[in-house]
Amino acid sequence: MRIDVEHVAKLARLGLTDEEKKLFGPQLSAILGYAENLNQLSTGNVLPTSHAIPIKNVLREDKVIPCANVDDIMANAPDEADHMFRVPRIVE
Amino acid sequence: MNYETVIGLEIHAQALTQSKMFCACSIKFGSEPNSNICPVCTGQPGSLPVANKKAIELGIKAALALNCKIEPSSIFARKNYFYPDLPKGYQISQYDKPLATGGWVDIDVDGVTKRIGITRLHLEEDAGKLVHVGADRIMGAEESLVDYNRGGTPLMEIVSEPDIRSAREAAVYTETLANLLRYIEVCDAKMEEGSLRCDANVSLRPVGQKEFGTKTEVKNMNSFKAIEKALLSEEKRHEEVLEEGGKITQETRFYSEETNTTSGMRSKEEAHDYRYFPEPDLPPIEPDDKWIEEIRQSLGELPQKRRQRLIDQFGLNTESASILVYDKPLANFFEDTTKLYDKGAVVANWLTGEVTAYLKEKKKTIEELDLKPPQLAELLKLIDEGTLSGKLAKGVLVKVIETGKQVKDIVAESGAQISDQGELNKIIAEVIANNTKVVADYKGGKETALTFLVGQVMKLSKGRANPALANQLLKEALT
Ligand SMILES: [Zn+2]
Repeated sequence: MRIDVEHVAKLARLGLTDEEKKLFGPQLSAILGYAENLNQLSTGNVLPTSHAIPIKNVLREDKVIPCANVDDIMANAPDEADHMFRVPRIVE
Repeated sequence: MNYETVIGLEIHAQALTQSKMFCACSIKFGSEPNSNICPVCTGQPGSLPVANKKAIELGIKAALALNCKIEPSSIFARKNYFYPDLPKGYQISQYDKPLATGGWVDIDVDGVTKRIGITRLHLEEDAGKLVHVGADRIMGAEESLVDYNRGGTPLMEIVSEPDIRSAREAAVYTETLANLLRYIEVCDAKMEEGSLRCDANVSLRPVGQKEFGTKTEVKNMNSFKAIEKALLSEEKRHEEVLEEGGKITQETRFYSEETNTTSGMRSKEEAHDYRYFPEPDLPPIEPDDKWIEEIRQSLGELPQKRRQRLIDQFGLNTESASILVYDKPLANFFEDTTKLYDKGAVVANWLTGEVTAYLKEKKKTIEELDLKPPQLAELLKLIDEGTLSGKLAKGVLVKVIETGKQVKDIVAESGAQISDQGELNKIIAEVIANNTKVVADYKGGKETALTFLVGQVMKLSKGRANPALANQLLKEALT
């Protein structure tokens, strides 16, 4: 199975050189090809699986607990102004 | 050519919770930037989301009110895209297995009832807020600042079928939904504050054609009126393009209230590729019948039913019943008052007239007023008894609202009432002269004759005599 490396790289915001495209293309195709082995199995009686373990309704009560690490989170900001995350121009 | 407009709406309604959809941060509006954030809602590695039970319940409640089927199993999914207001690189939403599907809502468009299908209701998290620097919108901004306080706020997305056929219907549908969500207390539905937002898919097709035309998505409509204006303008734009033999480009367009036009954001819009997949950190939601039934019980009487009941039970007209019902506290005030004073139509007139006008002028709700049902009932009884004219009563009502004093005190204090002994004695003398037979009866020992005479004093004074004082002076005059 062939894969559009350029499209996938764009979706993931990865800039690839021509060399990398040549390198990763066959690798990704091989991975997809391996996954295609599953198509040989008969899955007519298997329900689509979204989760590996059978648990449901894991919920929390609607209670506010202020976070103690706000400063640590802000410290992760590449750039900050007025206690907000500063980001470059969004649309050109 | 004659065209038919086809509109489908996506409404985002903020669920009335205290905390966020998947973490315990507060959703309080107006906090300092980035004060209500945590590792979960800022997407720190290793953090794990846990769904808010109340948000799920509010979603189910809204879905039941919209006649939807609650799905036995729904799952959350990651919607992947990059944008600075989205810290994780994906939004947790629901995709192929939403919370609820297949409902409807009846809307009343200028006297005609129309049923609009609801495709689905699902839950998702809101994004953060961007502040653009160097321009008042994203276009032209040099840089942007991100506040994640709003990020992770629980939203109910309600998707309609493409059943809407005009801009007017779209506005009425949104308003009906807003009123309903507010009434059942799942969302405060304030478009101006963004707790209810509306995106519209609009397309035109030649009358009689089955296939839909190419649609555009219109965003940034911040009031019911703006929805109607925006969609009228977009409808006109489609028609002009089609009439000239042109083609509509499928794109997102932003409405500007200043220019009353929509405009595309980018010249070449990329096709979205969200690569949805099940959110592995959140197990499925599988509400059992007992849970759903409990939520159904909490719905109570829905506004459209209540409106019909008010019409049937109290003989109200549709208009005043609608005004009452879409302000739940006002409807409750109405019904509480009718328990003390049984002329419902009169109570409704006062509430939808004088009281509503006052509330609108002062931008208040009925709950914020000192006026309570017993006071309104007392006032209306005084009108019936002839103690107050309707006109005087309006003045008394405003004073009761503004001072919080009792009706009888206001009536006594108000200059409208005659408490001057000399003036009252003049009226009493006239009543005595005009009712010689009743006066004789009273003097002969018929105590009840006095009530009639007091009534005559009230009548002659056009309701302005102080009843207690009149009573006393009359007695004195007759001894
Ligand atoms: Zn959080």
